[in-house]
Amino acid sequence: MDVAFFQTFWISIKLATLTTIILFCTGIPIAYFLTYSAFRAKIILQALISVPLVLPPSVLGFYLLIAFSPNYFFGHFLDRYFDVRLAFSFAGILIGSIIFNLPFMVNSIQSGLSNLPVSLKDASYTLGKSRMTTLFRVLLPNIKPALFTGIFLTFAHTLGEFGVILMIGGNIPGKTRVASIAVYDEVQALNFDTANKYSVFLLLFSFFILLVVYSVNREFLKWKRF
Amino acid sequence: MKGIRFLLLVAGLFLINTLTAQKITIAAASDLRYALNEIRDEFKKSYPGITIDIIYGASGNLYQQIVNQAPFDVFFSADLTYAEKLDSLNLAGSKPKLYATGHLVLWSASRDVSGGIESLKNSDVNKIAIANPAVAPYGLRAIECLKYYKLYDEVKEKLVQGENVSQAAQFVLTGNAEIGIIALSLALSPGMMNRGKFTLIAEISYSELKQAYVIMKHPETPDAVLKFTRFLEKEQAKKIFEKYGFKLPAE
Repeated sequence: MDVAFFQTFWISIKLATLTTIILFCTGIPIAYFLTYSAFRAKIILQALISVPLVLPPSVLGFYLLIAFSPNYFFGHFLDRYFDVRLAFSFAGILIGSIIFNLPFMVNSIQSGLSNLPVSLKDASYTLGKSRMTTLFRVLLPNIKPALFTGIFLTFAHTLGEFGVILMIGGNIPGKTRVASIAVYDEVQALNFDTANKYSVFLLLFSFFILLVVYSVNREFLKWKRF
Repeated sequence: MKGIRFLLLVAGLFLINTLTAQKITIAAASDLRYALNEIRDEFKKSYPGITIDIIYGASGNLYQQIVNQAPFDVFFSADLTYAEKLDSLNLAGSKPKLYATGHLVLWSASRDVSGGIESLKNSDVNKIAIANPAVAPYGLRAIECLKYYKLYDEVKEKLVQGENVSQAAQFVLTGNAEIGIIALSLALSPGMMNRGKFTLIAEISYSELKQAYVIMKHPETPDAVLKFTRFLEKEQAKKIFEKYGFKLPAE
């Protein structure tokens, strides 16, 4: 186990943690809107959010490369006025990762919310509680397993991200070289031992996370029966 | 009845097709993307019955795939070493044959690279694209050259690696990196030619990019493969290599 190994994993874990935190904060209002809003065009938003589930990562990678490029409008704007260049930076892969994981977080929370009986929300309103209080004190505590699922799936899925980062990361050690890319790199360079080190770690980690998700959900179901 | 007859006809046509059509699958270094495609098109004019599929990638990646039994008939490496390694592993059916020598260039769409390698030092250069040195001969040469000019430590924070030299070229072409150290053959490709400027890097600064191919042990269609490799010796093919800046091996 050397410095490069830990550095690479640290980048992976940092990326996964930040992606999860940001998506958790933005995912709740989006899921809330999608569940309760009467706005008819919300179906479009719903479809848009789920697009990354079926979209090849290379498509996202391609558009992000174009978006980040100073030759085109968005990248030029960032470069010119904010002196920011997103390609080959940690911020760039974080943006890719947030877009790519959006459905994992939003869909989990949304399915939690839509499985709650409407009476729960109505009761809270009848008792004079505000929308905010209802959301934070009544709704969210009742969908804990959905929240856990969203958090853990997003985290685990970010660790497994590969295609987008391969296209926009530039493989910079300490910045954009994540564990999944390192595996690919080491295999291509025929360093099977190192590739194996990364892989075993990723495999165990993914397994462990899913184990946690399933046990939390089972506990919650048990509790619900009483 | 009619349906069955039709099916038989279709099946028969497929059979004839597979019996007569000859196919060659080639693995080739990314720097050959334009040259080899053009040679293939020329070849096709003389031998319309032979189909050629070419898979491009970093020589090291392709080498790795071949070691793991990828079904290629010929391997065009950007570096003699990979071809020799296949030979020493007893995976090649022919001795490595040199076909061209490649060159490194500095390429940029937005920065002035006429000053040569020193232009990498400019403070308005944030990212320098190279190919992954672990698997791409052009990447390895880029590092050698930076070390030769004692610039490596100064610019290493700015280096971004493409998976192969084509991806490095794409990084500079899209402007995501300001300067790229890439293959001359790509700089001379139609897609890049008028979109930026390039400067040749002095050959003294990196070990020669001697490019060699090997025929695999059991090509699917040995005759077709032989026809193609013979075609490479012809004037038409040589001209295309030269057009893309390759130096041909001395006879």
